[in-house]
Amino acid sequence: MPKDGGIGASTKRREDLRFLTGRGKYTDDINLQNQTYAHFVRSDVAHGTINSINASAAEAMPGVARVFTAKDFEGVGGVPCGWQVTDRHGQPMQEPKHPVLAEGKVRHVGDPIAVVVADTLEQAQDAAEKLEIDITELPAVIDMKDALQDGATKVHDDLTSNLCYDWGFVEENRDAVDEAIKGAHHVTTLELKNNRLVANPMEPRVAVGDYDFSTDEHTLYTTSQNPHVIRLLMGAFVLGIPEHKLRVVAPDVGGGFGAKIYHYAEEAFCTFAAKAIGRPVKWTSSRSEAFMSDAHGRDHVTKIELAMDENGKFLALRTDTHANMGAYLSTFAPSIPTWLHGTLMAGNYTTPLIYVNVKAVFTNTVPVDAYRGAGRPEATFQLERVVDKAAREMGIDPVELRRRNFITEFPYATPVAVEYDTGDYHATMDKLLEMSDHAGFEARAAESKANGKLRGFGIAHYIEACGIAPSNLVGQLGARAGLYESATVRVNATGSISVMTGSHSHGQGHETSFAQVVSEMIGIDANQIDIVHGDTSKTPMGMGTYGSRSIAVGGSAMVRATEKIINKAKKIASHLLEASEGDIEFKNGEFTVAGTDKSVAWGDVTLAAYVPHNYPLEEMEPGLEETAFYDPANFTYPSGAYGCEVEVDPETGKVTVLGFSAADDFGNIINPMIVEGQVHGGLAQGIGQAMIENCAYDDQGQLLSGSYMDYAMPRADDLPMFKVDHSSITPCTHNPLGVKGCGEAGAIGSPPALVNAVVDALQRAGHDVTHIDMPLSPDRVWAAMNS
Amino acid sequence: MYNFDFVSPGSVADAVSALQAEEAQALGGGQTLLPTMKQRLAQPSTLVSLSGLSEMLGVSSDGGVMTIGGATTHATVAAEAGAYPALAGLASHIGDPAVRNRGTLGGSLANNDPAACYPSAVLGSGATVVTNAREIAADDYFQGMFTTALEEGEIITAVKFPIPEKGNYQKFLQPASRFALVGVFVAKYADGVRVAVTGASEDGVHRWSEAEAALSANFSAAALDGLSVSADGMITDLHGTDAYRAHLVKVMTGRAVAAAA
Ligand SMILES: Cc1cc2nc3c(=O)[nH]c(=O)nc-3n(C[C@H](O)[C@H](O)[C@H](O)COP(=O)(O)OP(=O)(O)OC[C@H]3O[C@@H](n4cnc5c(N)ncnc54)[C@H](O)[C@@H]3O)c2cc1C
Repeated sequence: MPKDGGIGASTKRREDLRFLTGRGKYTDDINLQNQTYAHFVRSDVAHGTINSINASAAEAMPGVARVFTAKDFEGVGGVPCGWQVTDRHGQPMQEPKHPVLAEGKVRHVGDPIAVVVADTLEQAQDAAEKLEIDITELPAVIDMKDALQDGATKVHDDLTSNLCYDWGFVEENRDAVDEAIKGAHHVTTLELKNNRLVANPMEPRVAVGDYDFSTDEHTLYTTSQNPHVIRLLMGAFVLGIPEHKLRVVAPDVGGGFGAKIYHYAEEAFCTFAAKAIGRPVKWTSSRSEAFMSDAHGRDHVTKIELAMDENGKFLALRTDTHANMGAYLSTFAPSIPTWLHGTLMAGNYTTPLIYVNVKAVFTNTVPVDAYRGAGRPEATFQLERVVDKAAREMGIDPVELRRRNFITEFPYATPVAVEYDTGDYHATMDKLLEMSDHAGFEARAAESKANGKLRGFGIAHYIEACGIAPSNLVGQLGARAGLYESATVRVNATGSISVMTGSHSHGQGHETSFAQVVSEMIGIDANQIDIVHGDTSKTPMGMGTYGSRSIAVGGSAMVRATEKIINKAKKIASHLLEASEGDIEFKNGEFTVAGTDKSVAWGDVTLAAYVPHNYPLEEMEPGLEETAFYDPANFTYPSGAYGCEVEVDPETGKVTVLGFSAADDFGNIINPMIVEGQVHGGLAQGIGQAMIENCAYDDQGQLLSGSYMDYAMPRADDLPMFKVDHSSITPCTHNPLGVKGCGEAGAIGSPPALVNAVVDALQRAGHDVTHIDMPLSPDRVWAAMNS
Repeated sequence: MYNFDFVSPGSVADAVSALQAEEAQALGGGQTLLPTMKQRLAQPSTLVSLSGLSEMLGVSSDGGVMTIGGATTHATVAAEAGAYPALAGLASHIGDPAVRNRGTLGGSLANNDPAACYPSAVLGSGATVVTNAREIAADDYFQGMFTTALEEGEIITAVKFPIPEKGNYQKFLQPASRFALVGVFVAKYADGVRVAVTGASEDGVHRWSEAEAALSANFSAAALDGLSVSADGMITDLHGTDAYRAHLVKVMTGRAVAAAA
């Protein structure tokens, strides 16, 4: 039995008391004295030349403080990109400027042109209607392949083309892969799309900028997953504010899913404008604005080829992907289709030769960046789809084909640069087959058939990489940031503890699970431990939360800092107990001298540290506070087997998800309930992507799914009761907790399982359907069945 | 949202005169109008609220006709129109509880969204739309997407639904809005069957006369076997092509017949 509130306990989330009783404090709850409201005027065309902006009538409107346009931002930098990818030929990617407000041209529907700042939001909106903006609409490029045609309209006139980069990985393998594919017994080919998504966190983005001229200090309150990253990017690259004069606070944040990682123009705007007008400036995104200004996710078009020998042994894999960057490079956009995607193309399999080609393309659409899973769902989707197709073509059971190719020896160096430390893919597959009653499927299929429905079962086995690391390696790969994490453990005089972490919680429950770790290590009640995050003035420089990195990297930093605390506390205890340090044992919050009944309690030691009357002052500083920075040696590699059972209504094409089982290996588990919740959420998003979510543009670049009337979010009744299991545990070998991370797995493994299930249902019914592009909406399934 | 005045009249007559004011507009449950105003797509100077008018509230049945007040909410219809189960069932699946507790029959019919549910019940029942000024037969009332026979300032005070022997509404959900991608209302009367289709056509709600004829002769799903629906004039959008909608019209009609009670 895990200790109450310690590692392994399903402790209820302490943060839920405030979230569920309406006491959470979100950015929009922050209202400063004398605050103004910003209203962004955004482009309603996808591409155009701004001929003129006349703001005089708007500026004369009641309550208006000022109207801002690009002119006001001439002295500051553009919104920076945090990752530089080098292409196949050794050249850096093409990197256009991303101005805070559109300069001369608008490049996507939603591109901000001007901002009205006024006493009230209504006044700002009224004045915005008086702005005279003259734009000449230009032809837009929306489709990636069109964008790469010779003579295509360019999104950025100063670039040579719409190609951001042409990346090859591993470039040295290119010819060998071509050869292996040419000579193979069988090659399975699949062309597919990974549909564009809108993250849609429940809380839209908000920014409040504040400036105090008496201290020259700027404060930005923002809905961010990583306030220190925003401080660095905005301070150093956009506005030129040194860190000690810039505080960034990300208080309670209502979901991020990646879309709140990036530094956005609205943040820089509010910070800048607050100083310019001498009053706080607040912007709250409307839902409609969110659709056209939050970074979108996915949007890959891929051709994948898998070569096999006569026994279905994978020999080589080749992929050709076009990845949509949108109109500008969002903070981490270039890294998603490359280092977070190409490196995962081995999946769980021993494929010896792999070549991944990715062309990143500018189009007149909203920028695209990481969305829950970020590159790994795209990799998993194509791989697990092509493996399923290969199984059918080879006449081998899809489970069996996967098993034949599973990696079984660890550590395993893949041909795509990463080394998996541990895993047991047969174990998760076994677990899945048991949980999903795979053996009983045929009987259930017969029952469906009797009811006029088509039943199908689909499997996906995923690998993912969390806690991207180490910093020196990612630096070589083009990251313009480190990827360590930090923690300060501050023990108070009476023994309670505040942990200041660089990780950020926006729904993950860190305040509970991080406290469980420290509670376990120190042996005091978890309620004695507080987790502080989200404020650059309180926490050490840290990189925030994304890529399922928090427990693996942030948790490890916290463990290291806590170890330093325990070491120092032992020294103090040895002094108090008049024993040698080597004889001190520490357990359940008590220091004892080995082999004696002498002991001193945690609280006595901590008190001695701060009231050092009886204390070895000559040898040690008083106080009990330690900081650690943890830079991981490797990624962690969660993996798992997902199974989806569906029923298709042959008359309408409607897919009903009857069951979904997830058998994950997340390494060690801190809080099983929180882990299950993370998987549930990930599954909902993955099933949403596979079934109904779709961000679509028309060929003029108008967003067809710009509201919930047309962008379908999964609801409870779209989803089955999930079965989740995380009892297959191969602990991570290189971090102190043996943890891997669980935040994105659900969204990574579920789309291919669902599509495989629908294809299975159709094929069983005799339809020659090998693929349907997501989302598998009823009309698409019906069209596939009737084509 | 722009500023507006709010009037809460005590009677239909007062409401009618309040609506004479320039740019005045009736407010039912606000489930369509308020979102439009929030997006600054509508700018009425005065909202004349109908929701408190007792003359326009309630469900009653008499002599085979169910009369529902124009300001009656979907939730009330769902709960109180038990004498016409197909209609109560339709109302119970409009939107979500918040929408059903605010949205009204009159508002839905005045708006005549091409994907709304109620228009198919009104047309499928051959109902009569009663206004402050006149009575309008359903066949004359619906005039295309978002277009009706209502005059400026005219108020729907009630709708009279002849109760059929059997009826049913089948709604195939548009996955995002959960309005009808295609909805079919079938009602069987002593003198024949009516079939009304919503969600499908560029002309809004309409009757499917071939099906009516076939079902009047033989009220069973099999009666539809030989029929087909043309894709011409059907809506194509992100959620379905014209051909798919045409196909669904037939499938949903068959299901409505099979489920009719
Ligand atoms: C989330 C959501 C989901 C929905 N789902 C569905 C659905 O599944 N199916 C469906 O059918 N509908 C759906 N609706 C629409 C809903 O039924 C609305 O309530 C209805 O369309 C409008 O009714 P209302 O009373 O709210 O009208 P209002 O919004 O108040 O008014 C709409 C229009 O009608 C006019 N008007 C209102 N009452 C009268 C009257 N008595 N006489 C004359 N004119 C009048 C107004 O002036 C206005 O022009 C949904 C709405 C929402 C917000």
